[in-house]
Amino acid sequence: MSGSTDNLLAAISSGESRPRKEKIIRLIFLGIATGSIVTLALIVLFLFSEGIPIFKQVSPHQFLFGKFWYPTSDPPDFGIFPLIVASLLVTTVSSVISIPLGVLTALYLAEIARPKMREVIKPAVELFAALPSVVIGFFGMVIVAPLLQETFNLATGLNLFNASLMLAFMSVPTITSISEDAIFAVPRDLKEASFALGATHLETIVRVIIPASISGIATAVILGMSRAMGETMVVLMVAGGAAMIPTSLFDPVRPMPASIAAEMAEAPFRGDHYYALFATGIVLFLLTLIFNIIAERISHKYRQVGAATL
Amino acid sequence: MKASDFSSISGSQKRRKAIQIIVFLLFRISALICACGLIIVVGFIALKGLSSINWTFLSQPPSNLMTEGGILPCIIGTIYLSLGAILIAVPIGVASAVYLTEYASPGPLLRAIKLGINNLAGIPSVIFGLFGLAFFVIYLGMGVSILAGACTLSALTLPVVISSTEEALRAVPETYREASLGLGATKWQTIYRVVLPSALPGILTGTILGLGRAAGETAPIMFTAAVFFTPSLPSSIFDEVMALPYHIYVLATAGTEIEKTRPLQFGTALVLIMLVLGLNLVAIIYRSKLRRRK
Repeated sequence: MSGSTDNLLAAISSGESRPRKEKIIRLIFLGIATGSIVTLALIVLFLFSEGIPIFKQVSPHQFLFGKFWYPTSDPPDFGIFPLIVASLLVTTVSSVISIPLGVLTALYLAEIARPKMREVIKPAVELFAALPSVVIGFFGMVIVAPLLQETFNLATGLNLFNASLMLAFMSVPTITSISEDAIFAVPRDLKEASFALGATHLETIVRVIIPASISGIATAVILGMSRAMGETMVVLMVAGGAAMIPTSLFDPVRPMPASIAAEMAEAPFRGDHYYALFATGIVLFLLTLIFNIIAERISHKYRQVGAATL
Repeated sequence: MKASDFSSISGSQKRRKAIQIIVFLLFRISALICACGLIIVVGFIALKGLSSINWTFLSQPPSNLMTEGGILPCIIGTIYLSLGAILIAVPIGVASAVYLTEYASPGPLLRAIKLGINNLAGIPSVIFGLFGLAFFVIYLGMGVSILAGACTLSALTLPVVISSTEEALRAVPETYREASLGLGATKWQTIYRVVLPSALPGILTGTILGLGRAAGETAPIMFTAAVFFTPSLPSSIFDEVMALPYHIYVLATAGTEIEKTRPLQFGTALVLIMLVLGLNLVAIIYRSKLRRRK
């Protein structure tokens, strides 16, 4: 006992060096914590430094709006418009499926599920989010594609619709779990006030709960869309890979991530094709960044802190 | 009030109830579809893959131009890559989370760091692949190797580790810190003697989740670590490797005989699913136990 008291006294009397040591430790942690920003900065730096050189060959306008992507023909065509259209289309079609499914499931989990059901379904949704994308792609390729081909009598089951369907299943967990958190966080007194006025449970959900949690739901939807847009393996394996602007829901397409992943291995190092793929990466990065910034803004600006902010 | 008013109220009451029942049915159907999605995907692959999993499949390298044999090199490659990624991401992630919860005061710096983490989490996986290729493989001269792949994957798992560690640290009661500081301990002593030990289970959960994430990713290792085939198992971190997710992709899209190797593809997919879902299941169960204890 007295030993430890002595230690303590010694520690206190050497108080001069203690604040300094503490300061150094604090700085070390700060340094490591900036690692994420540094990584992000390095990603931007290398993406741009390897992508910008393509604009010596084609103008940014030609690159973005050129309708032909024939990177290996002679002379090559580097127009990624069909790839951008494909990415936007698969994202849109998949959201048409995933937004209702995801939000309704979240409402079910937060509002009407019995605790026992909630304990089963919520982990199932979380596990779904953890399923490797290559497995979903494989499933779409081997099981969904032949099914689509036969039912709709198509040339190929690997197309825009199949890719959107698989992407929808990948973004549903994101949408469900974030909106469920938002819905669950709606203050109880709001709900009880609505009941007390004679509203049914459904009316309470539509008129009170959804308006109160709309910022969380919107964030969830945008993050889900961003995930669908950036998802690589599914569109690489299932979208069909034709770099053209589709005319029907069942046409094969080639979204940006698919193009990058499929062609990078054979693109000659620091050739035009290599630069063009990095430049496609820049476009993809900027598009997902916009989605993420919007999500961040919404969740930051309209954060629900209590009944008073309604 | 007349009697007819009452009857119209009760009539509309009935209609409102009926609408509620129908709409709630819609909610239930959605949830059912979501839960069934997981069961169908996993069920189908398990059904078709189970027959090809045996000891030879798990313990032998591929043979006969990858149309026969097993997937041992892929299993080992995936273990190396995901463990490597976690070894890099956990120290950085835990230290970042400690700074964010214990040291940082609100201000522009904290906002910048949080913005960095959130945006890192939202970057498409193929962009990590491009970054890994340009930075680790070429600029730092690591070549296509386990090291380059693990570094790339660590950048991707970092946000997972940070957010779950933050949650674990925030769950440590403030009274623990106050008691420790009150005994004369410094902030650092408080963190590593009191806060970190009580947050350890939560940090472990985050680590397992990160491991599962790293094991299942394909796009980031396509240009940085994985190859179609290696004749021997890797002997150093500068070797290229085979990996489970990439093996599925290659066999399903570019193998010599795609139809003939279907059983191998299903088998590999099942092994990957079991690995990733197993890790996640452990983490989820562990976490819900932790939450209940509080």
